[in-house]
Amino acid sequence: MKILVCVTSVPDTITKITLTDNNTKLNKAGVQFITGPYDDYALSRAVDLKEQLGGTVTVLNVGGADAEPVIRKCLAVGADDAIRVNAEPTDAYFVAEQIAAIAKENNYDLILMGRESIDYNGGQVHGIVGELLGLPSISPVMKLNIEGTTAQITREIEGGHEDLEASLPLVLGCQEPIAEWKIPNMRGIMSARTKPLKVVEPTGNDTLTQVSSYELPPARGACKMIPAEEAETLIKLLRTEAKVI
Amino acid sequence: MSVLIFAELDEGALKKSSLEAIYYGSKVAEQTGTSATAIVLGEASTDELTKAGRFGAAKVLHASDAKLNDGNAMAYASVVAAAVSQEGADVIVLAKSSLGDAVAARLAGKLKAGLAANVIELPDLSSGFRVKRSIFTGKAFAFTELTAGTKILTIKKNTITPEETEATAPVEAFTAGLNDVDFAVKVTHTEKATGDILLPEADVVVSGGRGLKGPENWGIVEDLAKALHAATACSKPVSDLDWRPHHEHVGQTGIKISPNLYIACGISGAIQHLAGVNSSKVIVVINKDPEAPFFKSADYGIVGDLFDVLPRLTKAVQAL
Ligand SMILES: Cc1cc2nc3c(=O)[nH]c(=O)nc-3n(C[C@H](O)[C@H](O)[C@H](O)COP(=O)(O)OP(=O)(O)OC[C@H]3O[C@@H](n4cnc5c(N)ncnc54)[C@H](O)[C@@H]3O)c2cc1C
Ligand SMILES: Cc1cc2nc3c(=O)[nH]c(=O)nc-3n(C[C@H](O)[C@H](O)[C@H](O)COP(=O)(O)OP(=O)(O)OC[C@H]3O[C@@H](n4cnc5c(N)ncnc54)[C@H](O)[C@@H]3O)c2cc1C
Repeated sequence: MKILVCVTSVPDTITKITLTDNNTKLNKAGVQFITGPYDDYALSRAVDLKEQLGGTVTVLNVGGADAEPVIRKCLAVGADDAIRVNAEPTDAYFVAEQIAAIAKENNYDLILMGRESIDYNGGQVHGIVGELLGLPSISPVMKLNIEGTTAQITREIEGGHEDLEASLPLVLGCQEPIAEWKIPNMRGIMSARTKPLKVVEPTGNDTLTQVSSYELPPARGACKMIPAEEAETLIKLLRTEAKVI
Repeated sequence: MSVLIFAELDEGALKKSSLEAIYYGSKVAEQTGTSATAIVLGEASTDELTKAGRFGAAKVLHASDAKLNDGNAMAYASVVAAAVSQEGADVIVLAKSSLGDAVAARLAGKLKAGLAANVIELPDLSSGFRVKRSIFTGKAFAFTELTAGTKILTIKKNTITPEETEATAPVEAFTAGLNDVDFAVKVTHTEKATGDILLPEADVVVSGGRGLKGPENWGIVEDLAKALHAATACSKPVSDLDWRPHHEHVGQTGIKISPNLYIACGISGAIQHLAGVNSSKVIVVINKDPEAPFFKSADYGIVGDLFDVLPRLTKAVQAL
């Protein structure tokens, strides 16, 4: 089983977003970068599958050198090697093009991703990669089991879930409860330092989209407190003041 | 040049988010002096299809093959791509949803299109094609230029308020050859709540956290939701503990919602929870702890015991 796991290096979920350079850049100062939480689920399932079925897990990131701590952490969790495509990941299509180019050279049985990046929230890279490779793409995947060359998959749908059966190779966007997040242990951290991390240059240079500037949402007004004894007034206010019911 | 809108059905009805997308597409067509066509896949009644006209579509394409009933994103993308080429569409609009994402992505791959997700306003065409989209789960916005010839937009739910008119739209049958490869994934079992209001589509959501103490207490959340015609949601620990199904979990690692009204009961308001609900128009928090962080992100708050407050709110709604 040859598994490729695509990971993002993203600001921690508790980050307060601020802007710099006249609102044309996100301020990275003091921001802690982590592996995308959904990507972490994908990686954890990949490591479990490797332990169960044998094979290799390769981690792939499209990003600058500042993503390397996140890549090393993925190696510490149990990936065997890593590839970094040395480029600013400017949009979903560009990232997908890079992933597809690597995949074409390597014949992976499974390409696992997170259901969505927690920075740009597109939920689309897996679909584009699937299309570029002519493979099925399925997301969000909550359960994944492999028997031979067949995958049994449970996917969340609005208001429920469905069970699917498909032949490998596949491109999947993962979410909980596909696996438990793995925390690297000391041995993992030590061995990660010497695992191979290959840096390659990007292919293609299409600009299909371009961010020109950013904006922060206005702060919510003060919270109107209603004494518990008068809870019923809330319903009146929701109707007459907020006009939402 | 024209605008094509991919409209989704749920239980035979056009989804609210798709009506928003149709309206959005019709406004873009107005801005660019072209026309908006909606495409609907799978079996649907003529009444339902013509409804697209009331929300701005000038024409409805209907691919009625029953094989298209169950939301197969790959087959959908192939059919929509055929419609794009028939109509010469250069702007394609979809609702941001689990199916919309997949169809948009496969289409972008086929057409090498510029793709912008979570768009929240009409485009600014004064110099090019610029949209405002929500990023970092509502914690920031990015103004994005789409420079590609073909543009695909997914519209964030409940950010566009459609106007309904009396207009009608002709319905044309659309047949596109279906490829076997698009049906390589077999659906072996589907479990879906029927008759309920889908959480991502709901105008009002009542949500419960660990403060509910256990699944046996969910009745008071459901009663209030029922009175308000609302959907129910929950925090992550609640779905982790299997008190509620995973598809009700909202937040950073769950579903992102933007209803008109979000009522949080016994939820502390962790930043990862807020990530899923902070674009709600009005937020109500009910928590016994006056220091609960959620009050800082709320519009209305009640410090009190939810086991006392919720049933009283339900009665007050029923009395309206
Ligand atoms: C310095 C920097 C600048 C950026 N600037 C922009 C920008 O200007 N515009 C913009 O749209 N995005 C930008 N992003 C990129 C963003 O992180 C995404 O990589 C990319 O836009 C795809 O986003 P998405 O939300 O569509 O991904 P999704 O489709 O939501 O991602 C799904 C999955 O695809 C995989 N994936 C996504 N991105 C990568 C990646 N880079 N490497 C490996 N796997 C990946 C992950 O498994 C992820 O869970 C920037 C990121 C960085 C670090
Ligand atoms: C990477 C990551 C991703 C995450 N993603 C998510 C996510 O997607 N969604 C999510 O929800 N969380 C997420 N979390 C978890 C999050 O940090 C919080 O732990 C979680 O939201 C807390 O859930 P809660 O508010 O239900 O429980 P608690 O924090 O335990 O809060 C319970 C609240 O109920 C109140 N209460 C108790 N009894 C009563 C009563 N009788 N009447 C009124 N109030 C009462 C208490 O005062 C308390 O404020 C994530 C965490 C991480 C690290």
